[in-house]
Amino acid sequence: MASILAVDDSASMRQMVSFTLKGAGYTVVEAVDGVDALNKAKTQKFDCVVTDVNMPNKDGITLIRDLRGLPNYKFIPMLMLTTESGMDKKQAGKAAGATGWIVKPFNPDQLLKTIKKVLG
Amino acid sequence: MSIDMAQFHQVFFEESFEGLDIMETGLLNLDMGDVDAEDINTIFRAAHSIKGGSGTFGFTAVSDFTHVMETLLDEMRDGRRQVTQPAVDVLLGSVDCLKEMLTAIQGEQEVDVARVAEYKKALEVELNGGESEQAVTDEPSEPSTIESNTDNVTNGKNIWRIAFSPHTNLLKTGNDPVRMFRELGLLGELTTTVDFQGVPDFYDLDPEECHLSWELELISDVPESDINDIFDWVEDECDLAIQRINTNVETDTPAFTEEQVKEETPLSSPKEVKTESSKKDIAPAEKPIKKVAAKSAAKTSSSIRVDTAKIDTLINMVGELVITQSMLSLVGEQFEMNKLDQLKNGLSQLDRHTRELQESVMNIRMLPISFVFSRFPRLVHDLSSKLDKKIELVMVGEHTEVDKTVVELLSDPLVHLVRNSLDHGIEMPADRVAAGKPETGTITLEAYHRGGNIVIEVKDDGKGLNKDVLRTKAIEKGLIDEDANLSDKQTYELIFMAGFSTAEKLTDVSGRGVGMDVVRRNIQSLGGNIEIISELGKGSTIAIHLPLTLAIMDGQSIAVGDERFIIPLGSIIESINIKESMINRVAGRGETFRLRDEYLPIIRMHEIFDVKTAQATKLTEGLVVVVDGQGMRCGLFIDDLLGQQQVVIKSLEANYRKVEGVSGATILGDGSVALILDIPGLVRLSNQ
Repeated sequence: MASILAVDDSASMRQMVSFTLKGAGYTVVEAVDGVDALNKAKTQKFDCVVTDVNMPNKDGITLIRDLRGLPNYKFIPMLMLTTESGMDKKQAGKAAGATGWIVKPFNPDQLLKTIKKVLG
Repeated sequence: MSIDMAQFHQVFFEESFEGLDIMETGLLNLDMGDVDAEDINTIFRAAHSIKGGSGTFGFTAVSDFTHVMETLLDEMRDGRRQVTQPAVDVLLGSVDCLKEMLTAIQGEQEVDVARVAEYKKALEVELNGGESEQAVTDEPSEPSTIESNTDNVTNGKNIWRIAFSPHTNLLKTGNDPVRMFRELGLLGELTTTVDFQGVPDFYDLDPEECHLSWELELISDVPESDINDIFDWVEDECDLAIQRINTNVETDTPAFTEEQVKEETPLSSPKEVKTESSKKDIAPAEKPIKKVAAKSAAKTSSSIRVDTAKIDTLINMVGELVITQSMLSLVGEQFEMNKLDQLKNGLSQLDRHTRELQESVMNIRMLPISFVFSRFPRLVHDLSSKLDKKIELVMVGEHTEVDKTVVELLSDPLVHLVRNSLDHGIEMPADRVAAGKPETGTITLEAYHRGGNIVIEVKDDGKGLNKDVLRTKAIEKGLIDEDANLSDKQTYELIFMAGFSTAEKLTDVSGRGVGMDVVRRNIQSLGGNIEIISELGKGSTIAIHLPLTLAIMDGQSIAVGDERFIIPLGSIIESINIKESMINRVAGRGETFRLRDEYLPIIRMHEIFDVKTAQATKLTEGLVVVVDGQGMRCGLFIDDLLGQQQVVIKSLEANYRKVEGVSGATILGDGSVALILDIPGLVRLSNQ
């Protein structure tokens, strides 16, 4: 089963994402911010990255840009979790190489549906 | 798959409260003249996280409220709005409001809607005071639901022709045309025709780029928006044209306005509409069930945040313990006398590791005092502006660690002391200048370790305590006699007496009916004491001494017959054998003995606890331990002193009931139970 890197500085959101995905059988590794995520992505190859946008240390968009620079992450799906009000964020994210987005607030079913969509 | 979201609520509340603290600190630290964008960003991020979380976990009132705050902060962050003191005050008020909302939700109570509306209004007024009015109004309503409703009305199958030519960089965002076609295939019957024309020569071909384009034909009854959704992510990375080439239904209006929908719904497709509304009926029915689950979770868990380094140490220690254990069991398997050394070694290692383990476990309960201190900048900010005083708060030693229980119980007494300093201690700016002091007063909160205690000081450079005023007041209130001879220390301690208040009238800052006597009682119930140092015209310092932890203490075990008791080591002054000549018997008032120049009452332990097996019943035969209980000294008459040890305090109240003279119990090395003596209680008991 595919492995997913879940990045969010909010513990509750991270746990919710992780719990939902693990429940569907995915392997999930959690990261608390962009720097943590980048380090984890370098030691293990993930099949998909789901990241929050607003985070301390390294925000989600910079993380995506950095990850796209790594050979292992050139083509893998990377999704951002963003709020409705952040349309400009969506565009900035796309420019950085994000595959798509999941709009907050979302429920576990929506999350799973989207993940299944990108991971096939 | 259904997931019980209630399981994440506790974590959400914790991080939200943490976020609110960050916001509060951030807002208080904002320097109006020179605002650091990163500071605003930190505040914004905290608000943003709360908004995202509350939306996800279904607390819409919270997310709606935070949305307005976020909009305001966002404009400040982008420099579109000036950071002004009124705006910061409104934001601070909103932080309070959010705290209340979250506390109410956590405690399963009703949110005070009127109050929330009031704050929201204040925020919106602040927001509209600036230039952007539409920011508030474009609240995330649910246009999508209306849209899909509209589209659902369309009936029958359509043939859609989709021209899809991705830009060369489409693959680099992790998007895959094949995935999109797979999704389209799920919507209906899909035919794809690929166009190779854009593909360059093999030598010029960059395999990471996409040069294909497609002509797709979909026969489906889904609305156009469903097709659009699939291409939503790649809108900017492709040229897309979606066209309906054949319709076989009555209604072919491409887009409905809302009014039209309302009119047409009953006519065109009642079935569709029904499912939509029945869904809505189900939703509220699910809610109460969720609520019950959340309730039990909120009530039972009292959690603590622990530094990961502490946990690592703990794990390390357990590892060591396991190694020692396996070594010992190896020795024990085939024990011979020549392995005695090994056994002794192992046991001493075990002893050390257990002790270290105990220490590090205790350490987990230790929290930095900043948990208590952090609320004071706000308090001082609010009160000083209310009182028109200029006050600077200095905090020293915020990282000093204290037991969690102490942290929780310390908060209220400290608030009281700081309020007192603000209200009564620090003078009005004009008075300060007249007294040759700087206009701005300083209140210092300091915490540090001394011995096995933690000391917390509340220091101000205000007017100090006036001994004469204190004395006159005490005489007036009938608390002391007119000719009472009091030392400085005793005079200051007058303020701790019940019914003593020097404030001319009760202000709403301090003096809300609870006096310093309550503060002292609270501190004493934590096993600590409180002292005052003051100099007229220069300021006062109130120092609180507290034990580091309430769960473990150093005790002296004593024997009275077969019984074992523990006396807190800190309260023992000395132990002596007394001679008949020192003893004084007062008819009806019990026994006293003279120690140097003082007469101290004697408490016979075997009588108070009714120990029949006591060996010494004559005062000259046993030992007298002189103890101090909150300034009252007395001698405990016992059989013998045994040894000093650390004891783990077990609550007697929780397992049995409160017993006067006993503060708890502990389990000794041999498994027997010993009572821990509460010296002040014992003194009270003997006086009755």
